[in-house]
Amino acid sequence: MTTNEYRQDFPILQTKINDEPLTYLDNAATSQKPQAVIDAMADFYAHGNANVHRGVYTLAAQATDRYEVVRDQVAQWLNAARREEVFFTRSTTDSLNWVVQTYGEQFVTAGDEIVVTVMEHHSNLVPWQQLAHRKGATLKYIGLTADGQLDLADARKQITAKTKVVAVAQASNVLGVTNPIKQLAQIAHAQNAILVVDGAQSIAHMAVDVQDLDADFYAFSAHKIYGPTGVGVLYGKYDLLSQLTPAQFGGEMISDVDWQTTEFAAIPERFEAGTPNICGVIGLGAALTYLQSVGLDTAQAIEQRLTKQLLTGLIAMPGITVYGPESPELHGPVVAFNVDNVHAHDIATGLDLAGVEIRAGHHCAQPLMRYLHVNATVRASVGLYNNSDDVDRLLTALESVKEFFES
Amino acid sequence: MSLLRLKALYQTVILENAQAPHHFGTLPNAKTVTLHNPTCGDEINVQMLIKDDVIDQIMFTGSGCTISQASASIMTDVLKGQTVTEAQKRLTDFSDLITGDSLNDADQHALGDAAVLATVAEFPTRIKCATLAWHAADQLLTMGDDADDKTK
Repeated sequence: MTTNEYRQDFPILQTKINDEPLTYLDNAATSQKPQAVIDAMADFYAHGNANVHRGVYTLAAQATDRYEVVRDQVAQWLNAARREEVFFTRSTTDSLNWVVQTYGEQFVTAGDEIVVTVMEHHSNLVPWQQLAHRKGATLKYIGLTADGQLDLADARKQITAKTKVVAVAQASNVLGVTNPIKQLAQIAHAQNAILVVDGAQSIAHMAVDVQDLDADFYAFSAHKIYGPTGVGVLYGKYDLLSQLTPAQFGGEMISDVDWQTTEFAAIPERFEAGTPNICGVIGLGAALTYLQSVGLDTAQAIEQRLTKQLLTGLIAMPGITVYGPESPELHGPVVAFNVDNVHAHDIATGLDLAGVEIRAGHHCAQPLMRYLHVNATVRASVGLYNNSDDVDRLLTALESVKEFFES
Repeated sequence: MSLLRLKALYQTVILENAQAPHHFGTLPNAKTVTLHNPTCGDEINVQMLIKDDVIDQIMFTGSGCTISQASASIMTDVLKGQTVTEAQKRLTDFSDLITGDSLNDADQHALGDAAVLATVAEFPTRIKCATLAWHAADQLLTMGDDADDKTK
């Protein structure tokens, strides 16, 4: 299929890059925004702007309603048991740091274990690593199978009675694999550990049911699901949230402040100190509405078809190494690869001259790069608005760049 | 795609230096500085032996893209045999050149093959690749000529 009816919803796709049509294949870094999101945010500032949760006047009440409706939307999207289990942060990174600064600080002690995987993005690794240093806890890693999938047998070995936290990405931002969250939750819970899930790479590409997964915390960013930057979401099980002391204090999160003491607001306001990114949250709401109108199944079908085309094309090309499983059935919409004897950056500059925008580097996953014995890879990642022309342009440009460096 | 623009960046001298870098290796007992480009993971280690205010020997190791490796290789050719003051002038000139400033003929000539890297100025995302080794050399020069001073 060369036409994709959803392309017209994304104004940026009309842009030219280096005199070539924009071929945007860096969706794993951030997704482009549909007109509906841009309009919702412009409309809020043009007609609806007021601060939330404080004003007695009509405009403030309307702004609060628009903000709180998105909490309901996100709770439904994740199938959270209660709306209070969802609160807004700045980003996935902010959400994960929040878990570390509250749950981690309160419950992890010397001698405990924190278990992550070798494929974690720095955002779900460095906060835990630093917590382990502060607390005298041990940071352990779950390894991979030969084709780059999470090694569940190793997970059973690494997660022990000493483990307090298991932190894992639902989908890898390099290998394209989806991790068995439900099974990891069972393994973690059997040892009385909690499971923290980084949903940054999965939220836009698969249905997420936090109750079915039995995740204790689930974090994602609006900007990876066609919404704006600057808004993150953290879901937490209510009984866990109710045990946590806030890590940030100030306006919005209180119910009564006296000279020496403060009574905190109820959950979730307790965990949303200060004026939130109201407009961004409204943009996230518009993004979820948009993706619902497209249909997550439809988006997935488009992405799977393009991933298969991309993988098949890359594997057929001599001198290319693809990381993660080669089978399209096991590979999500993120494909990392290298060209023999040509550095990823040199490939990226060549592709850029053809208007093909992909990522080259370590993808904020340096331990994984070490594990794979590379210092960088090229990475292409598709979204619902990409079409087979995009993949063809990448493959054609790659052929020319390869030839240029090989000659 | 504009292969011409690709050729403008990756000129023969750059490709040759990346494929067979000059002064690639280690110098025992030399001052050493290792720098990383945090956005891509490129790594360059430069070692320098200064005798009587002159860069007597200079070597580098590292891994990274064509631009970073070629730039390091060319830099060792340019700096070897220069006095510390001359070398510092080359570093300033190179920094100007790579950010789009033009040099007078004498300064340009003194930069040797490094002058070829001027085209990197048209590729802003690659400037950090080209300057990594030069930043390492700059740190080595400001350390003085104490051969025991090792910095990681």
